[in-house]
Amino acid sequence: MSTTANQKAGIGSVLWDYLTTVDHKKIAILYLIGGMFFFLVGGLQAMLIRIQLVVPENEFLSAQFYNEVLTMHGTTMIFLAAMPLLFALMNAVLPLQIGARDVAFPFVNALGFWLFFFGGIFLNISWFTGGAPDAGWTAYAPLSVFSEGHGVDYYAIGLQISGFGTLMAGINFLVTVINMRAPGMTYMRMPLFTWTSFIASVLILFAFPALTVGLFLLTFDRLFGANFFNPDMGGNAIIWEHLFWIFGHPEVYILILPAFGVFSEVIPAFAKKRLFGYSSMVFATILIAFLGFMVWAHHMFTVGLGPIANSIFAVATMAIAVPTGIKIFNWLFTLWGGQIRMTSPMVFALGFIPTFTVGGMTGVMLASAAADFQYHDSYFVVAHFHYVIVGGVVLGIFAGLIYWWPKMFGTFLNEKLNHWFFWLFFIGFHLTFFLQHFLGLMGMPRRYWTFLEGQNLDLFNLISTIGAFFMAIGTLVFLFNVVKTQLKGEKVSGDPWDARTLEWSIPSPPPFYNFKQEPLVRGLDPLWIEKMQGNGKIQPAEPLGDIHMPNRSLTPFMISLGLFIAGFGIMYQGGMWVLAGIGFATTFGSMLYRSLKDDIGYHVHKEELEEEGDGSNG
Amino acid sequence: MAEDVLKSGNLPENPERATLEGRNKFMGFWFFLGGETVLFASLFGTYLALRNSNAEGPASEDIFGLGLVFIMTVLLLTSSLTSVYAMYHMKNNDFKKMQLWLGITVVLGLAFLGMEIYEFYHYVHGYEFGYTTSAFSSAFYTLVGFHGGHVAFGLLWIVSLMIRNAKRGLNLYNTPKFYIASLYWHFIDVVWVFIFTVVYLLGKVG
Amino acid sequence: MKGWMSRFKAVFALTVMALILSGCGESFLSALQPSGEGASMLLDLMILSIVIMLFVFVIVMIIYVFVIFKFRQKKGQEDIVPKQVEGSHALETLWTVIPIILLLILAVPTIQYTFALADTSPETTEEGEELDQIWVDVTGSQYWWHFEYRDIEVTTSQELYIPTDRRVNLSMISDDVIHSFWVPTIQGKMDVNPTGNTNEMYIQAEEEGVYWGKCAELCGPSHSLMDFKIVAVSPGEFEQWVEDMQSVSGEEEPESETAQAGQQVFADNCMSCHAIGSSPNKAGPNLTNFADREKLAGVFDMNEENLREWIATKGEEMKPGNSMMDAPYDLSDEEINQVMEYLMTLSPSEITPESANNGIYEDSDLSGLFPEESEGEGEGNSDSEGNGDSESDSESGNNSEDDSEGDSSENSNDNSDNNSDE
Repeated sequence: MSTTANQKAGIGSVLWDYLTTVDHKKIAILYLIGGMFFFLVGGLQAMLIRIQLVVPENEFLSAQFYNEVLTMHGTTMIFLAAMPLLFALMNAVLPLQIGARDVAFPFVNALGFWLFFFGGIFLNISWFTGGAPDAGWTAYAPLSVFSEGHGVDYYAIGLQISGFGTLMAGINFLVTVINMRAPGMTYMRMPLFTWTSFIASVLILFAFPALTVGLFLLTFDRLFGANFFNPDMGGNAIIWEHLFWIFGHPEVYILILPAFGVFSEVIPAFAKKRLFGYSSMVFATILIAFLGFMVWAHHMFTVGLGPIANSIFAVATMAIAVPTGIKIFNWLFTLWGGQIRMTSPMVFALGFIPTFTVGGMTGVMLASAAADFQYHDSYFVVAHFHYVIVGGVVLGIFAGLIYWWPKMFGTFLNEKLNHWFFWLFFIGFHLTFFLQHFLGLMGMPRRYWTFLEGQNLDLFNLISTIGAFFMAIGTLVFLFNVVKTQLKGEKVSGDPWDARTLEWSIPSPPPFYNFKQEPLVRGLDPLWIEKMQGNGKIQPAEPLGDIHMPNRSLTPFMISLGLFIAGFGIMYQGGMWVLAGIGFATTFGSMLYRSLKDDIGYHVHKEELEEEGDGSNG
Repeated sequence: MAEDVLKSGNLPENPERATLEGRNKFMGFWFFLGGETVLFASLFGTYLALRNSNAEGPASEDIFGLGLVFIMTVLLLTSSLTSVYAMYHMKNNDFKKMQLWLGITVVLGLAFLGMEIYEFYHYVHGYEFGYTTSAFSSAFYTLVGFHGGHVAFGLLWIVSLMIRNAKRGLNLYNTPKFYIASLYWHFIDVVWVFIFTVVYLLGKVG
Repeated sequence: MKGWMSRFKAVFALTVMALILSGCGESFLSALQPSGEGASMLLDLMILSIVIMLFVFVIVMIIYVFVIFKFRQKKGQEDIVPKQVEGSHALETLWTVIPIILLLILAVPTIQYTFALADTSPETTEEGEELDQIWVDVTGSQYWWHFEYRDIEVTTSQELYIPTDRRVNLSMISDDVIHSFWVPTIQGKMDVNPTGNTNEMYIQAEEEGVYWGKCAELCGPSHSLMDFKIVAVSPGEFEQWVEDMQSVSGEEEPESETAQAGQQVFADNCMSCHAIGSSPNKAGPNLTNFADREKLAGVFDMNEENLREWIATKGEEMKPGNSMMDAPYDLSDEEINQVMEYLMTLSPSEITPESANNGIYEDSDLSGLFPEESEGEGEGNSDSEGNGDSESDSESGNNSEDDSEGDSSENSNDNSDNNSDE
């Protein structure tokens, strides 16, 4: 029952443990592994793209294959790398930060992971069955409808499956934050990472259903002869663009807000100062999310919505710069007067500030609707969103990963190698993407398989490719670091960074029940308060008692596996319909099983708890 | 202890929200319905954009008959009311009456579903208005079909809850389950009101 | 509308322009070297936004650098506990209000320009008289562009001829998937959507030249090869070009025997998709002035070798996924030679892309294109002999020196004063 038993167990029982786990900390590790794997796959695709564009009129990849690679690069990075890696951080940290023993729905949490996982695998199987999707990650109809083969079917069904998982993860975090906070943990005492994850979950809840519908319509058009996007039968391709971006723009904030949260944890921890303007940070987060829902058409300025719509969306988009600017200045003034320690998470955070500022600047430039007629769908846009997504989200993910690594695994990553990783990645990033702003303005549209000679685009593309190699080497350094330090496995204390929030008040890695006794929270940065005003230990809010824990279950895995199998049946039809039958039977059977069987969990008894330490970080 | 939640009898005033698990379910389900709202809103948006795009196929005025749809509306609205009665009896810890009213809800729901299937059959065979006829037909069947699918799922859900708990009565573990199933049923009902207005009334008159 | 913007520009133009433009792209392709009204406006707007944003960036960076150096923990300071500042209302108000002001400064011209660029109403002369409009129906197809001049029965593909200093309105639709029409030096881009979503925009070139256009929306494997050209010639030359194009019927017999044979082969094999002369057929590019094109299939050098490969392989390798790959023809080498020779005779006009670069400027008010006040559905265009103020017959071929810059001095229009930077 307890975690120590597993450490001695064989590979089979470890596998079984992870297949059936409902522990948020283990699910975090699953998300981390899944997300990292797809991050590497997406990175490999990025390298293929950059190699293809290293010289003009290159024939390294065929046109069709290039379109598949660029589609899968975008899709993989957004849906299968960035989101799961953020979910890894949320799962690992969020319940600890609010003093919860678990998430609200441990079962649903596991289901969310397995749906993501099978969706991602489903999508990538397309490589081996006649070609990946080739209509871009935005899959604009009618190109995506006309696309031959089954590539886009894999896209639609794969994202559908993983999208369900994301939706469930979102609801889970929402309820967790609302219902599971420890005594004294009021909303305005929640760490910023919890806040931003909470708001991102709201965005997930209201944004993903639009994608769900869009993907359904696309699937129906392609597989069942519906006519939503077919102009000949009265369909309208622009509907897809609206549905996609009603989802797609909030998605950007779903990614960046948790990253903002990470920086808002890392910067105070290593500046030894409380976050400057905490309440305005919270307010800015909410405002960004709110505005994020009313700006989707800024991706569609050139569609021909007319000057009135374009102007409204332009102004709304510019408005987002205000709360974002507030955040930047708040971070700067958190640093102001602090005692800055240049640890590797801090270096990532400090690298983030100027990079993201550039991304925000180009964002405002893009918001200027008329000027966007020049920027749109050019390499300027490619540069812009890599500045925000790599410069913001990816740096945030790595800052968070390195920062919370000791909490997740009980070991440190090598600081020196982390710094190497940062500098290689950071320099490589700017080499790759800075000049792409200019490439776009010089007349290079995005998603170009090749570019002609004599357009003066050669040099910047070459430099860009060189930069990409730096990023790749940096990532390899990180992987090496992980392998090296984990093999060594030096244990660390519960609070190795001398940090401020609740997750650092318990051992690393935490016991499976997290908190032996519910903590009593006395303010923002509870651990810091106890360090300054108390004995450095969080006071318990309850006497030692039995702890209720959920049972492990294979059902989430089976539900997801069923949908995975059914996907093939729906796609290939004909004789394969039988797969749809088997798949849906598995899924609904598992759901029925879940519904009918009582699952009330178990208790860890007081006596067992007393044998283990005092549950603090010491 | 953990097993306490399975004991029937002596339920508190709001049994569905008496335990943390119950409160979580209650709140999580409300959020889920929020997501469902966006889902249907997207479908409605799509339908509104395509409702006059009937290409060569029949237009909405040609096929919709309000009589049948009106009866369907009455059936579904009534079933929402009966599920309220069921929840009322659940809070009073009167398991038998709750089962009875849930049973009536299910019967009404089944009647609704049957009529919807008849309606679709009628369109396909009477007017050659199939799923692939036009963009309008695709949008119509998708929107109304999604709703029908929700009705069917809701019926299965309620029936399986009724059967599962038939012998043991109410307890703190299953009251939240009954409660959210009835929430779901109300949601379906609300969506239908919009379908009735936006699809049928607007299609016949507008 | 450009009043205060111009003054603003005057202040910053030199520094910023110099910074950005230094070696940025080719003059026929770069949005940073505009040659058209739209692109110039957009560059102004870009410069404004860049200046505002650089201002913000500099402030952020000053604080950033200062903070990093000043507040870095030094040895022996490990135990110092900095003051835990909660925030500052004054500061926070400051960095809320200032960005709002900066954004308002940007938002006003943004809205102005957004509306201005969407305006396809007729231009007016200084006296307030409305000028006749040139409308071109643009069709995007995988992977080529089709242009039909409305009411004057001229059809062409791939290379769009326009007169300088005059707005040409485009009405754009796609035959298959979404494309996007982008000529960075002339105007921002506009999507080309399938049925039901026609988009309109105008383009206007201030200088003669051949400007490169690109498809900017992913449209299939050969998306990156869907180039086209805007050939901006002086109004007089344009008028002559229109006339020459109108006179082509497709029946003209070429001189050489091989070419005649080629014409027959063409009629038997190619005619079902490719038209010569004004024709509604747009299954494939219109070939009326094929031999005048600067590029083959939009991207390849126009030479015998490329043309032969294109016809023989149906462009399979050259433009993957193009719809000619489905064409049922099967030609022998000899037939290919014949067709090639025929195709190379398709040069109905003296006005070619060369004319855009030869420095000759012929003025015209283009009234020859709009013969009667009562619009006769494109009727009566054949009797529209040049009644512009320049003789449209004046040959431009006699001094085909390219790039001589001085000759354009004879213009009387408000031709831009900066045509010496080529």
